Amino acid sequence: MRREAPQKLTDYAPLAFPAIMLTVFFVIPFGTMIAVSFFQRQQGGFYTPAFVLSNYERFASLFFANVLGFSLTLAVLVAICCVAIGVPFTYLLTRMSRRAQIVWMVALLSVLSLSEVIIGFAWSTLFSRTAGITNLLVALGLMQKAVALSPGFPAVLTAMVYQALPYTILVLYPALVRLDPTLTEAARTLGASPLRAFFTVVVPALRATILATLIMVFIFALGSYLLPQILGRPQHWTLSVLITDQAIYQSNMPFAAAMAVFLVLVTLALVTLTLFAGRKREAAA
Amino acid sequence: MSLFLRRFYFVLVGLFLSAPLIVVAGVSVNARQTLAFPPQGFSLAWYVEIFADTGWRNALFASLTLATLSAALAVAIALPLSWFLWRRIAPWANIFQLLGIAPFTLPPVITALGLLTFWATTGFYGQPWTAVISHAIFFVTLPLVTLSLGFSAIDRSLVEAAATMGAADRTIFRTVVLPLITPYLVSGYAFAFVLSLNEYIVAYMTVGFTMETLPIKIFNALRYGYTPTMASVTVLFVVLAAVIYSLIARYGDLLKLLGANSEEKP
Repeated sequence: MRREAPQKLTDYAPLAFPAIMLTVFFVIPFGTMIAVSFFQRQQGGFYTPAFVLSNYERFASLFFANVLGFSLTLAVLVAICCVAIGVPFTYLLTRMSRRAQIVWMVALLSVLSLSEVIIGFAWSTLFSRTAGITNLLVALGLMQKAVALSPGFPAVLTAMVYQALPYTILVLYPALVRLDPTLTEAARTLGASPLRAFFTVVVPALRATILATLIMVFIFALGSYLLPQILGRPQHWTLSVLITDQAIYQSNMPFAAAMAVFLVLVTLALVTLTLFAGRKREAAA
Repeated sequence: MSLFLRRFYFVLVGLFLSAPLIVVAGVSVNARQTLAFPPQGFSLAWYVEIFADTGWRNALFASLTLATLSAALAVAIALPLSWFLWRRIAPWANIFQLLGIAPFTLPPVITALGLLTFWATTGFYGQPWTAVISHAIFFVTLPLVTLSLGFSAIDRSLVEAAATMGAADRTIFRTVVLPLITPYLVSGYAFAFVLSLNEYIVAYMTVGFTMETLPIKIFNALRYGYTPTMASVTVLFVVLAAVIYSLIARYGDLLKLLGANSEEKP
């Protein structure tokens, strides 16, 4: 059946339910949030409709600048680590048999689905003094006595890389699995070592993909809201943690909403950048 | 040498991905309520506890109910939308596709906060059914993506043949289209189900004070210290996710869903 433009009004009928649901429960809540970000906060956790900019003015503080700076730095670090581990891994994965790929993908999807609560709990166990990895080092004679590795920055970074790595691999997978295998074969025939072929042929061919993946993982890491809380100290809190904290524990909805709007703007700017990178990739292909 | 290096690299990544889960699995079989690894003694009591303890059992049922209903609602939103986009030429309708993908692309805290302000403003804050709608909107991306993939894989000549022979749209949908996209429908449902089961922030911000899902229960318990039931629940969740994804791989083409070309027929 050829695709055709809708002719009668009833042709639009299937669209009604999805359109209503998405408008009422996504567009309107989103609008509500933007509206609340301009509202006036009252004592005791309430807020009244108004149009004030005071919630946004609070951004101009050293504290907020620190949180923002830390969130962005952390997300950049997570993105770089994940892409550095993920690109060679995904490349090698796509060269394996379908069976092996499926087994890995089931494992990766299972880890990706894990609740942040569970990831946080699992890593806090692994970093604990009584059940942690340092016990293994003690048993091997590499350490004197077991210590707790969390809370701390390395703990936050490790757990966030853990959370984002399966996502990175899944984002990279479609581009790498469709990569023309004759590219590397040619390089190998001409005498390049596998490692050299990877860095001089595969990586340059995937430059735009890698850039887009970096940005997507960066956004993903910006969204992490529990791991900095469970595995870090208050100075390791990110913007997402701060939003949750203001909304739930400080009952300052207008300020939380203003920060959320800000986070949306940052994210949208980055998505635009990703699309731009994607377009360049298509143009190059 | 290169083969050895490759194996070594895969073992390292595998260890990184499994280490926390191995420790948690070990901790979950401790005989007493201690956070010790290697486990001291062996006991499955903490697995029994999930079902024996009222709090944990209620949380498990709350999570399962929420995931079952919200994944169904997500599919109910995604199916007509992706069918319409496949059947009709209406470029402006793509805006709804975009709206369906947005909640999943933005940091989750934003969707969560938007829904929190919305339910608070409309006065339904805390009602259990608000979590179902919230999760359905949050995860509608997954069936939307799998179904779009499924529709694009349909050979249009099949449908055209049915139309030439006089079948109406409704009949074609039921007898030709639906059987062809069922695998994508099921996997979209399964993805949404597993992720809803594990979701914390949206559930917490919408019904966190009136209802405890398992992730909320774990987080609340975590703030008061450690109980081994968290570990056994974690293992249960990992196993459940692995089983569901294995079933998708067994009965569908998982790699194609993830972006590879179709399976080559031998």
